[in-house]
Amino acid sequence: MYEIRIHSRGGQGGVTAAKLLALAAFRDGKHATACPFYGAERRGAPVVSFVRIDDEPIKVYSQIHEPDLVIVLDTSIMDVVDVLDGLKADGTVLLNSAHPVAGCNGTCRHVDLTGIALAQNLVVAGSPILNTPVLGALAKVGIVTLPSALQAIREMFSDERNVKAAEAAYEELKI
Amino acid sequence: MLTIATGNRAVADAVKAAKPGVIAAYPITPQTEIVEQIAEYVTAGDLDSRYIPVESEHSAMAACIGASVGGVRTFTATSSHGLLYMHEMVHWAAGARLPIVMANVNRALGPGWNTWAEHTDAFSQRDTGWLQVFVGTVQEAYDATLMAFKIAEDERVLLPVMVNLDGFTLSHITQSLDTVELGDFLPPFRLPHAIDTSNPLGYGPMTGPADYFRFRWDIERSMRDARGVITEVEREFAERFGRSYGPTEEYRCEDADVVVVAMGTLGKEAEVAIDRLRDEGVRAGSMRLRWFRPFPDLDLSGRDVVVIDRDYSFGFGGVVAHSLKSKTGIEPYSVIAGLGGQEVTYNDIADFVRNRHPGKEMWFGVSDHV
Amino acid sequence: MSAIPKEEYLYKCTSACAGCSSSLCLRYVLKAAGPDSVLVVPACCTSVIQGIYPGTAMNVPVYNVAFAAAAACASGMSEAFAALGRETNVIVYAGDGGTVDIGIQALSGAFERGTNFLYICYDNEAYGNTGMQRSGATPLGARTTTTPGGKPTTKKDLDRIVEAHNPPYMATACSAYPLDLYKKVQKALSIEGPKFIHILAPCPPGWRYPTEKTVEMGKLAVKTGTWILYEREFGKLAISGPSKAAMKRPAPLEDYIRGQGRFKNLSPETLDLMRQQVQQNIQRLSREEAGVC
Ligand SMILES: Cc1ncc(C[n+]2csc(CCOP(=O)(O)OP(=O)(O)O)c2C)c(N)n1
Ligand code: SF4
Ligand SMILES: [Mg+2]
Repeated sequence: MYEIRIHSRGGQGGVTAAKLLALAAFRDGKHATACPFYGAERRGAPVVSFVRIDDEPIKVYSQIHEPDLVIVLDTSIMDVVDVLDGLKADGTVLLNSAHPVAGCNGTCRHVDLTGIALAQNLVVAGSPILNTPVLGALAKVGIVTLPSALQAIREMFSDERNVKAAEAAYEELKI
Repeated sequence: MLTIATGNRAVADAVKAAKPGVIAAYPITPQTEIVEQIAEYVTAGDLDSRYIPVESEHSAMAACIGASVGGVRTFTATSSHGLLYMHEMVHWAAGARLPIVMANVNRALGPGWNTWAEHTDAFSQRDTGWLQVFVGTVQEAYDATLMAFKIAEDERVLLPVMVNLDGFTLSHITQSLDTVELGDFLPPFRLPHAIDTSNPLGYGPMTGPADYFRFRWDIERSMRDARGVITEVEREFAERFGRSYGPTEEYRCEDADVVVVAMGTLGKEAEVAIDRLRDEGVRAGSMRLRWFRPFPDLDLSGRDVVVIDRDYSFGFGGVVAHSLKSKTGIEPYSVIAGLGGQEVTYNDIADFVRNRHPGKEMWFGVSDHV
Repeated sequence: MSAIPKEEYLYKCTSACAGCSSSLCLRYVLKAAGPDSVLVVPACCTSVIQGIYPGTAMNVPVYNVAFAAAAACASGMSEAFAALGRETNVIVYAGDGGTVDIGIQALSGAFERGTNFLYICYDNEAYGNTGMQRSGATPLGARTTTTPGGKPTTKKDLDRIVEAHNPPYMATACSAYPLDLYKKVQKALSIEGPKFIHILAPCPPGWRYPTEKTVEMGKLAVKTGTWILYEREFGKLAISGPSKAAMKRPAPLEDYIRGQGRFKNLSPETLDLMRQQVQQNIQRLSREEAGVC
């Protein structure tokens, strides 16, 4: 079972990113679950979402304590939350950042999802949309296939700019 | 059609397929998505129901009662304080023999406001005359909601059905969902005692002890008959749609020395614990209790039983543990865990089995065996 | 604003959304009420913004209670303090849903019984806590998550319902006029019996406008005459300063509607109806104040 923890702030699309990822994995023929963890908090507070992908049906409902992959959609969270907590020794970190971030062990990758969203003018209520570009990055990391990632995006959103942003993230992420 | 959905969305989609004539509901976390999704379906014209945005849960159930006796299929959804606030009408719906279906998204009760999973809300209504089923997956939330209408509306039952799903852990999780073409699985709604001006009846007038007593017995008789109806409906569902359910879901129980009994998502998580324990050589199995009312016959003789209660009856004990004890005579190891959304993992459940003390009670993470 | 004390009873660490005006109002309410006050809060955004146990963002006792129960619970508390000879202010701070919908029975009972308390309804015109479903206070045409096509019915006239109980003091207020609110709370608390203040509290995520427009939104509500500020002492109506001018020459309603996502795609008929309502309200209150009935 492959376990992914997504860190974001309320309203940044972490919950939708988790759903999209589960749908893409599902379109790859895998079993997948996506589970947001809500605190009693409001918009702008740090939130986590969990995604599990497996070849077998998934029966686990508890939180992910030892993720294989950690995704951070907003690196400012790293000041208040230990995003690396429990990360497996061979785990991967994917950061939304134009630059490498200090203090990040594991296989740490970064891609400027915010820049990609802004370039596509993917903005809602003043905030860039990160949940669709991140799927392209995840396809590059090899969590899901690119065609399934794009299909999942098309199933949930009608605006093709989301697909373009995912493709751009796929291109930009260096492996 | 195969897709993905949350538990809440699955309930809303089942309701869309069942096409109630009237839906009356009030929002409350973590049930809200059901209400919102239904409002969308109705507004978009995808669901031809009348949706009443009532001002409270008491009114939600009262409106469902009026609609049901008026002669249409009805649905509502609630959770926690919403369920408690409608309590008077919950009794009323069963006493009036109305086949209302309600989704209850299990959540803890205040004070301390807490919106996470717990089963105390549902158990507080266990003596009302409602059938109660607890589900463990998104697919099951969908399937059980569809079957609930058929079971409730069966003339041998004519009692309301409450479909319970764990707050957040199931209501908000996304899993795969296979929606069905219902065909004629649900017959047209027919209520023998629906309001009919050509046969003017008095409903629920002053009733003396003898008649009142007989009416209560009628409820119990139907509750007993409901077991057979549930089995019939679940069998028909399996034949038509290929997914089978029963009063319990057993996992690796055949040769088990110790069986974990739990409900809802903890019952599913327990299966993972069982696999771990089996790898260690412990002959463990799990039994997820699906139907709580009517309470099923359980065959657990000769095994150790570990019951996980996500609820408590203060001054008495875990509701499931004591129900099981009174029905089977078995003294289980009673674990109280997961109240108010407390995190309980498969590792914890495996530990409950490893460290079991039959006849004792333990509050996970809080108190020792007592 | 020099009259307003510096003491804070609501700290900045609330978990309210950015641009939340109801929490801002609460700050002024508590400044006016002072430390010998208890807040009774039913389920609403205010139950969340206090923070999570064991923390609290408030420096007065806050009694959180079930959604429908605030006014009744406050009745009991007020009688208890009377029995103990205490002068403590009992203040309900409730949302519109907890007031005009599920809580209206308790509200009506407490006012009819003459309970000595101040009931404040902060009105963000929807169920904020649960993610913006309609309430009885949601205005005509507004989109919420349970009225995705716009609300087909009009806003419940809470003030006229309360007025029918003949309370010794009632007032309307708006978050964009904090000094006005502050004075009204002070006056209310100086009077014995059941008092009522209804605050219009714009809400960025619910009304769908950018957070920095919160004050502007409140001002526009008043300037367009959509929300009229007034006091009613022992039945006698007095229109408050900011609304006097607005009622004579109201700004075009579109100024208020345009900036709010919840009013997107209003039909011309709905907009017309809204305009008529604003007009009728202005006329009704102007006539009453002028003594013409
Ligand atoms: C009996 C009951 N039903 C439903 C709820 C869920 N609930 C909590 S707060 C709320 C809405 C509150 O709306 P409002 O009073 O307008 O206050 P706001 O959240 O907008 O501040 C609802 C529906 C509840 N806590 N109790
Ligand atoms: S939803 Fe509205 S009222 Fe509630 S905290 Fe946020 S801004 Fe304030
Ligand atoms: Mg409100």
